[in-house]
Amino acid sequence: MTPVIDCSSVYKIFGNNASKLLKESGGKVDSKIFQEAGCIVGVNNATFSVNKGEMLVVMGLSGSGKSTLLRCISRLTDATSGKILIDGEDICLMNNKQLIELRREKMGMVFQNFALLPHKTVIENIAFPLIIKGTSLDNSMYKAREMVELVGLKGRENYFPRELSGGQQQRVGIARSLAVEPDIWFLDEPFSALDPLIRKEMQDEFLRLQSVLNKTIMFVTHDFDEALRLADRIAIMKDGIIEQLDTPAKIVLNPATEYVKKFTQDVPREKVLRVNAIMDGPVQNAGSNSISSDALLESVAEKILNTQEILSVKDPKTNQVVGSINQSKVIKILFGAD
Amino acid sequence: MQFGIVFLIFLTLYFSVSHEEGNYFWRLPPILKVIPLILNEFIYKTVYSWFPIETWDPIFEMYETKSGFRIATQYLSQSLNIAITFIRELLLGGTKTIKLLISDSFVSSHGLHWFAIPWPAFVAATFFLGQQLGGFRLGLIGAIGTFYIAVFGQWVPSIETFSFVVITTPICFTIGLSLGIWGYLDKKMEIALQPILNVMQTMPQFAYLVPIIALFGLGDHAGSLATIVIATPPMIRNTILGLKKVAPEVVEAGIMSGCNKRQLLFKVLIPTARKDILNGVNTVIMQCLAMVVIASFVGAKGLGLDLKIALNSLKIGKAAEAGLCIVIIAVVLDRYTKAWANKANDYFANLNFYQRNRFWVLSIASLIVFSILAFIGSTVFSKVNYFYIIPIEKGVSIGPYIDHAVDWVWETFFYALNDFNKFFIGNILVPMKHFYLGMPVIATFVFAMGVGFIIGGWRIALIVCGLLLFIAFSEYWDRALITMYMATFAVIAASINGIIIGTIFSQTERGSNFILTVCDFFETFPSFVYLIPVIFLFNITDTSVLIAAVVYATVPATRYTVWGLKSVPLQLHEAGTMSGVSKFQRWSNIEIPLALPHMMLGVNQTLVFGMQLVILGALIGTEDLGQMIFSALSRPDGAGLALILGTFVSFITICVDVIIRKWAQDRKKALGID
Repeated sequence: MTPVIDCSSVYKIFGNNASKLLKESGGKVDSKIFQEAGCIVGVNNATFSVNKGEMLVVMGLSGSGKSTLLRCISRLTDATSGKILIDGEDICLMNNKQLIELRREKMGMVFQNFALLPHKTVIENIAFPLIIKGTSLDNSMYKAREMVELVGLKGRENYFPRELSGGQQQRVGIARSLAVEPDIWFLDEPFSALDPLIRKEMQDEFLRLQSVLNKTIMFVTHDFDEALRLADRIAIMKDGIIEQLDTPAKIVLNPATEYVKKFTQDVPREKVLRVNAIMDGPVQNAGSNSISSDALLESVAEKILNTQEILSVKDPKTNQVVGSINQSKVIKILFGAD
Repeated sequence: MQFGIVFLIFLTLYFSVSHEEGNYFWRLPPILKVIPLILNEFIYKTVYSWFPIETWDPIFEMYETKSGFRIATQYLSQSLNIAITFIRELLLGGTKTIKLLISDSFVSSHGLHWFAIPWPAFVAATFFLGQQLGGFRLGLIGAIGTFYIAVFGQWVPSIETFSFVVITTPICFTIGLSLGIWGYLDKKMEIALQPILNVMQTMPQFAYLVPIIALFGLGDHAGSLATIVIATPPMIRNTILGLKKVAPEVVEAGIMSGCNKRQLLFKVLIPTARKDILNGVNTVIMQCLAMVVIASFVGAKGLGLDLKIALNSLKIGKAAEAGLCIVIIAVVLDRYTKAWANKANDYFANLNFYQRNRFWVLSIASLIVFSILAFIGSTVFSKVNYFYIIPIEKGVSIGPYIDHAVDWVWETFFYALNDFNKFFIGNILVPMKHFYLGMPVIATFVFAMGVGFIIGGWRIALIVCGLLLFIAFSEYWDRALITMYMATFAVIAASINGIIIGTIFSQTERGSNFILTVCDFFETFPSFVYLIPVIFLFNITDTSVLIAAVVYATVPATRYTVWGLKSVPLQLHEAGTMSGVSKFQRWSNIEIPLALPHMMLGVNQTLVFGMQLVILGALIGTEDLGQMIFSALSRPDGAGLALILGTFVSFITICVDVIIRKWAQDRKKALGID
C-alpha cells in the first residue's frame, strides 16, 4: 500500500548559499560548519513515511526543526532539496495552481495560536475554506454547522474569536481545518497555547475525533507525554535530525540514543506500555487466568504481580492465545534499572 | 569620547577658516544654481508644447494647437471641479450640476433649482451617524459641532470645505491603498518608495503650490491636488504597516485554506489590517483639513479662504471664527473615523430591516421632516429662512468678543511683551543666528558627517554629506542656515517642554490619558492656527514664529515622552521598587534611559512639526527658506525654484531623521526592547 506521505532525504537550510553549500557537502551536513558559513540547518536528511489512517507525532524541543519539517511538507516553506510525495505525487515539483488545488481538497491545518480571522464569526471562519473553494454560500454554511456540532460549539456560531476562550478558539481552528474533509491533517503544536487542564480535555477530544474520522495525521509537539498519549508512531527530532522513529512502546523500551533516553527515563511505563509490547511467547503450562493483549500495563499490573503463576495472553478480538506474561517480567520492565 | 573629538575639530575649523568670498572652505561655489531654471523649463515645455494636438475651439471657431499634456491636465481639473461642485450643490443647492445635463436656457426659464439640505436635517444625520459609530456621546459631540457651525453663520463656507474633504479623501484612499498594497507585495517597490515618501512627507506644503498652479491653474481642483500629494504618503505608510502587522499564522491559515493570491489579499490580509488602514483614512482627513488654508492660496473656496482674507485685513475675530470651525470639523471627523476604525463588526443576519439600516432610515425621515419645516419657514420668514441656511450676517458671532479680548491683552501687556520680545531677540536669537551664519561650510560638514559616522557608520555619513552638498552647492546655503538655526531652537525648546510635561503627566494612568487626549485635540488644529495669536502678541519677528513653532512642536514631544515612559517594562519598575529607589532615582536610572529611544523618535517628529511651522512663518516675513518659497509664488519662474527649495527643507529634515532613527534603533536593540 502506498504511504500517503512519503519523504526522502528532505533538507531545509536557511541562508543565502544554502543550496550551493548543500550540493557541495554531498549529503553530509554538519550544522557547525554550515553555521560558520552563515546558514542555519532546519531539517537535516529527513526520510520517513506516513500510512493511511496513521498518526505520526513529530516531537522535539525548540529549534529541533519539527515545525520546519511540517512546513516543508505542507509547502508553506520550500525544502532546499529532497522528494516529498503525497499520494504518490512529488509536491516539490507542483506549480502554484496545483498546490492550491491540493490544499482545497486534501489538506487541513491547525495552528498553535489558532490563526482565526478576527473579523469573521465562528461559523464564517469555519466556512472560510469552503467559500474559498467556490462552494455556494448555503452549502458552505450547512457544512460549517455540521462541523460546529462535531467540535461541540453549538450555540456559539455567531460569536467572534475575541469572545471565545483559548480552548474554544482552537476548536474553531480544528473545525475549520476539517471543513473540506481533507485526507491529510496537519497540526502544529495545537494545544501548546492552552493551559494544562484544558490541554488534557482537548487531547481526549482529539482522540475521539480521530476514532470517528480516521485521518492521516502529522502532529507536531514539544510535549513528550502528549506524543506518547496520541501517537501511533513518534519521530523524535534534534537539530534537524530524526533521532528515532518508532511506536511509543518501542521507543520507551528501546531508546536509540542518549538524547531519546533523557525523555524516556522518567516516563511512567505502566501508563504507556501495553501487554503485547512486553509479553513472552506462548507456553504450555500457563494458568487458567488470561490477560488481554492490548490492555495497558497499569490496568493489569496488580493482577499479574499478585500471582506466581505464568499467565496466558489472549488477543481480545480472536480470543486466541498469543503469548504469556509473568510477575518477574513485569517487575523488570517497570522497576528494573536500565 | 568620539563626539568630543568631532566637536573639537569643529571648533578649530570654526575659528580658523577666514570669511572671504572665494574661500571654498567658507562657502561652496553655487554650481547647482542652474537646476531650478532647468526644472522651470521642463515644466513649461511640458505644459505648453509637449505632444501637440489640434483641438477645435467652439468659441473662436478655429483649430488650436494644445499640448496633449495640457489637455490631460484640463480634463483632470474639470473632473475634480465637477465632483466638488456636485457635492456642494447636493448639500447647498444650486443650478450648476443640473446645467451640466440640461441646457442653460431651459434651466433658467423654468426656474429649475436643486434644493439644499436644511441644516437641522444635517445636524440630525450627524447625530444618528455618531450614535451608530460610537454611541450616544459621540453622536452628541457631532451634533453640537454641526449645530454650532450652523447657528454661527458659517454654514456655507463649512459645507464648501466639507465637500472638498469628501472628494479628496476617497482619491487619496484609493491611490494610497493601491500603492501600499503594491509596496507590501513587492519588496523592491517598498524600498523604492521609502525615500520618495520621506521626501514627500518632509517637504514644506507650500513648495507644491507653484508647480501645481503652473500645471493645473487656480481653483478648487488645484487645492485638491495639492492636498492629494500631501495626504497620500501617510496612507501608503499606514497600509504597508497594517499589512505587515498581520500575524504570519493568519496568513498561513489563509494559504492552507487554499486561497490564491487575490483571495489572500482581499479576504485575509486587508480585512485583518482594517484598523491600521482606517487609521490611514483618519490621517488623510486630518491632512485635508490642515491644508485648507494653504489650499486657499491656490483658489480653493471655503473656510480656508475666509481665514486668509480675514487675516490679510487684520480682522482677528473673523479669522478666529473661521479657524474655530475648521477645528470643529477636524475634531468631529477625527473622532468619527477613529470610532469607525475601532468598531467591531456587528453580525447582521438576525436583525430586521430597520435595525440594519437604522442610520439611513432615521436620516431620511428627519430630512423629510425638516424640509417640510423649511418650506413652512419660507412662507413665514420674509427675508431669511432660518430653517434653511443661516447666512453669515445673521448668525451669532463671537468675533467682536475675540477682538475685544485681543485688544485688552495687547493694551495690558504691551510693555511686558515688548520687553520680552527685545530681550529674546537680542540675547538669544541674534547670537544663535550669528553663530550659525558664521560656520564655515567645512565645519558644518565635518560636524554633521562626524556625528553621522559615529552613530551609523559610513553609510549614514555619506547620506548626510550627499543631502547637504546638494544644498551647499546652490545659492541658498545662507538661508538654509537661518532655517536650521530656527529649527534647532524650536526643537530644543519643544523637547525640553515635552519631556517636562510628559514626565509630570505620566506619573498616573489618568494623567497620561488626559495629556494624550489634550495632544490629540491640539494636533487637529491646522498648523496655521498657531500663528494667529503670536502675530498679535509679538509682531512680525522671528520670535512669533519660534514661539508658535515651539508650542506646535511640543505636542509630539509630549506624546512621545509619555509613550516612551509608558513602555518601560513593568518588571523593571518592580525591580527598582524592590531595590528601594527614590522617585528621582527611578526617573533618572530606569525611566529615562529606557524611554530615551522612543523620545528620540519624538525629537524626529518634533523637528518635522517645528520645521513646518518655521517655514509657514515665512508668511509673516522671516528671512529663511520659507520666505523664499513664498515669494516664489509670485515669480513667473517660481515653479522650479519652489520645488528645489522645498527639497532643501526636506533634505535637512531627512538628515536629522536618518541619524536619529539609526541611533534609536541601535539603542532599542542594545536595551532589548522593541
